[in-house]
Amino acid sequence: MPVFATLTYDTAHLLDAGMLVVSFALLYQRRLFGVLKTYAVQALLLSAAAAWQAHAQAAPQLYITAAVALIFKAIIIPLALHRIIVQLNIHRAIETALGIGPTLMVGVALVALSIWLVLPVTAASGALTRESLASALSVVLLGLLIMITRRNAVSQVVGFMSLENGLILAAVGVKGMPLVVELSIAFEVMIAFIIFGIFFFHIRERFDTLDVHDIDRFRGERP
Amino acid sequence: MSSVPFELLQLILVVVLAPLLTGIVRKVKARLLGRRGPALVQPYRDLLRLLRKEAVLAPSASWLFRAIPYMMFTAIWLAAAIVPTYTTGLMTSRIADLIALVALLGSARFALALAGMDVGTSFGGIGSSREMMIASLAEPAMLTVTFTVALLVHSTSLPQISEFMLTQAVGIRVSLLLGLISLTMVALAENARIPIDNPATHLELTMVHEAMVLEYSGRHLALIEAASMVKLLLYLSLIAAIFLPWGMGTEQTLGWAALGLGLGSYAVKLGTGAVLLGVFETSIAKMRVFRVAEFLGGAFLLGILAAIFLYVSQGL
Amino acid sequence: MNPVLFILGFPGAAAVLLALLPDYRLAARLNVAASLLTLLASAVPFIHRPETTPFLLIDDFNIYLVALTAFVAFTTSLFSARYVLHEVEIGRLLPRYLRFYHAMYQAFVLTMLAALTANNLGVLWVAIEGATLTTVLMVGLYRTHAALEAAWKYFILCGVGIALALFGTILMYLAAEPVMGEGLRAMTWSELLPRVAAFNPALLNLAFVFLLVGYGTKVGLAPLHAWLPDAHAEGPTPISAVLSGLLLNVALYSVLRFKMLLAANPQAVAPGPLMVTMGLTSLLLASFMLYRRRDIKRLFAYSSIEHMGIITFAFGMGGALANFAGLLHMTMHSLTKSAIFYAVGYISQIKGTQRIAEISGLTASQPVLGWALVLGVVAIAGLPPFGVFMSEFLVLTTSFARAPVLAVLVLAGLLIGFGALVLRLQGLAFGEGTGGEKVSNAALLPAFVHLALVLAAGIYLPAPLVSWFQTVAKLLG
Repeated sequence: MPVFATLTYDTAHLLDAGMLVVSFALLYQRRLFGVLKTYAVQALLLSAAAAWQAHAQAAPQLYITAAVALIFKAIIIPLALHRIIVQLNIHRAIETALGIGPTLMVGVALVALSIWLVLPVTAASGALTRESLASALSVVLLGLLIMITRRNAVSQVVGFMSLENGLILAAVGVKGMPLVVELSIAFEVMIAFIIFGIFFFHIRERFDTLDVHDIDRFRGERP
Repeated sequence: MSSVPFELLQLILVVVLAPLLTGIVRKVKARLLGRRGPALVQPYRDLLRLLRKEAVLAPSASWLFRAIPYMMFTAIWLAAAIVPTYTTGLMTSRIADLIALVALLGSARFALALAGMDVGTSFGGIGSSREMMIASLAEPAMLTVTFTVALLVHSTSLPQISEFMLTQAVGIRVSLLLGLISLTMVALAENARIPIDNPATHLELTMVHEAMVLEYSGRHLALIEAASMVKLLLYLSLIAAIFLPWGMGTEQTLGWAALGLGLGSYAVKLGTGAVLLGVFETSIAKMRVFRVAEFLGGAFLLGILAAIFLYVSQGL
Repeated sequence: MNPVLFILGFPGAAAVLLALLPDYRLAARLNVAASLLTLLASAVPFIHRPETTPFLLIDDFNIYLVALTAFVAFTTSLFSARYVLHEVEIGRLLPRYLRFYHAMYQAFVLTMLAALTANNLGVLWVAIEGATLTTVLMVGLYRTHAALEAAWKYFILCGVGIALALFGTILMYLAAEPVMGEGLRAMTWSELLPRVAAFNPALLNLAFVFLLVGYGTKVGLAPLHAWLPDAHAEGPTPISAVLSGLLLNVALYSVLRFKMLLAANPQAVAPGPLMVTMGLTSLLLASFMLYRRRDIKRLFAYSSIEHMGIITFAFGMGGALANFAGLLHMTMHSLTKSAIFYAVGYISQIKGTQRIAEISGLTASQPVLGWALVLGVVAIAGLPPFGVFMSEFLVLTTSFARAPVLAVLVLAGLLIGFGALVLRLQGLAFGEGTGGEKVSNAALLPAFVHLALVLAAGIYLPAPLVSWFQTVAKLLG
């Protein structure tokens, strides 16, 4: 099949798969700093994927998305979260609702699910778009899994940002999608505001013991 | 030239090169840690020294205890003999099947685990049970890699795999990359390398492989040590044969030039592998035993992912 | 000059101004003034319908929703002005929080109106995301432990929701691109509608599922409703009022826009049954949960879930009558629920608590307030002659005609909810008064205006309004 031999396809495919593997690596981590570093790697890969798509689709506005992903997500956010963890003395081991092994298994099931969902309905699109979309949905679902199986607020946020990475991957993978830059920036703004709004100012003002673990106290319904 | 001399050459080569490989790994590690390290030929000296020594046996040791080193060494030597190293045109090419390889290695491991339990000491028991736990996780991972490669090549025969990778335009395939990573993780586990097990540890509680062979001495220990060294060489050759087959001779190209090229590229691959292994072992710490399950689970997972990716790209 | 630019411009400019203004009393008044200007601007499209641009659209569907949103935003700003000033007096809020609050309020109004008038799917998404952002920050305003947790839950759940909605939007673009080519045109709703019959139905289905789940989280459909009660209970009451009264509507509006697209493609799966199921589940779940609520704001939050369930059910059933009922119910619920929250806001301020057990005898101690609450609860419970009764009645009649089993379930849900509300109302409004200061009648004017409108709609719906609803009902398919 000739399409596989082209450099464009191979590199894009490599970057998409790389992001997926890094999502699994995120599930695998046991320490908070490990999670941050892995997330930074994922953002780097996303930036590379966006830049490659900008080159392959001749869509120069995607270079902006790549730059935003690189500067903001790969550098600023991990550094800021690192500072928050250190300053607020947040509990640094990850506690999971499911063991790491079963979580990884569920992750594989989710990948299979997203492939099963995406491939049949996108029969009309090119092979690269289909695989991109399947990988992107897998990253989104894995991000969701991370959010569900983690008790620590910081790791939930990282899960959410990983989910967002998957979405941006989907957006750059679809050929010619307009407004990708605007959408991704809007998402970044929301995350930045909320993370730093809620975490930084409110928690620091409010709590004497600066353990974010406390936030999970009322997990169930309260009457 | 027929394939029999090639086979004999390979049989000799694997045994002769294995200690050198181990020597390179130890030297690299020592250098990176700021020591001068033992000489490259030190493993040869160790083996010869052990061969000259008297084999002391515990009173509770059975005949198995004496026989197992020979059994193990034979199985691993045979396994090393069938993996294509510098050429695929070996006498054993028809039986060189990945699954047969897994079976041979499994038998060797089983034998050694029995030996660990044979004398009845607790450390032997620890080593055997840990070894079996690691094996029960590593073997499925290896089989998923086998499955992935077989899906691509439509065969599990090692020479055919190497020839496929050599001749077909395979391209940068993600599934192969994932398979390579998975196989590397399995290789680390099977060879008792950091992060699974520390081959240089003195602390019995942290041992896996060493604990099983704690009771051996003399020529028996020499055989077992040699078997481990050949096993390391085997895994490096396997990775090279499946994923990095360039430079190998094939059944069609059996002349002197091909031989030279094959031997040379093989030496380069082995050397590079040894250096990389040394660097890798120095860079990370040994994992706690209960995390080994997650590590190998990750390898298994990567193997499955590789199979999924391959299946998807073939279906498009 | 496109009047929509004014509708969006006034809140936007006000948000910027309010962010800079340090005096909170002036800010409260400016808030009211800006909302009034927005309301007046929203009346202009009725006189002269603006043209459809690639980004902005005013059609029969959203024209009255825009007016409704601007109206409720205005009356809530009136309520908010008094309410937050009193909060500062009793020390529950610091003045510097109010600067943030007022700016966010106008920003929130801007995002809602932008979502309503958006023609571009991407802009719609950004607007809803902006609405989420502003409300999350406002829910956490009191900065208590419970408020932060509520804000966090809200952020997580609705963040995931809009993320899934974005994926749905991407899939929708993917479906449009082969037919309409690349670029902005493939994301413009008014361009998509006539051509959607040529899209890949399987892809449309998948896109709609993501969009329904994504935007449906913001509507508060079960099982994605978990953020709603906490957000209503822990945020400032004006925010509860606009959340229930407006944001839920806007989110449902987004879902309906996509439903309209899907309805135009005959091979795509009918979105009806999905919406019916989710609506029914929300209705039944919320009705049962009403009994166990001990906090007054949570009680009415679950009531909102119940009513959004009814509305979704109605739109899911489809057909001219059910759609009409849904639209009517959207309007009635919006007005009634916000009126109730105005009353509840003053009640909790006076009594100093939100626990139902500690509030009683309101009609004795604060008669005007007490009776406002009684009327509000009676209205929302669906008693005639209020408008909610009318819309619920229409929903029931259509579903009895088409799917009697479902109708029985709906009726059961309504009755269960009715029982719970009346039960609680007994304790709240009647019995021994427990004292507390009185609220001036002027303060309750917004609530009474809303209730009067609902009453009027229940008795007599003016003909232009009826024909409007009918036109839109036909559009919705």
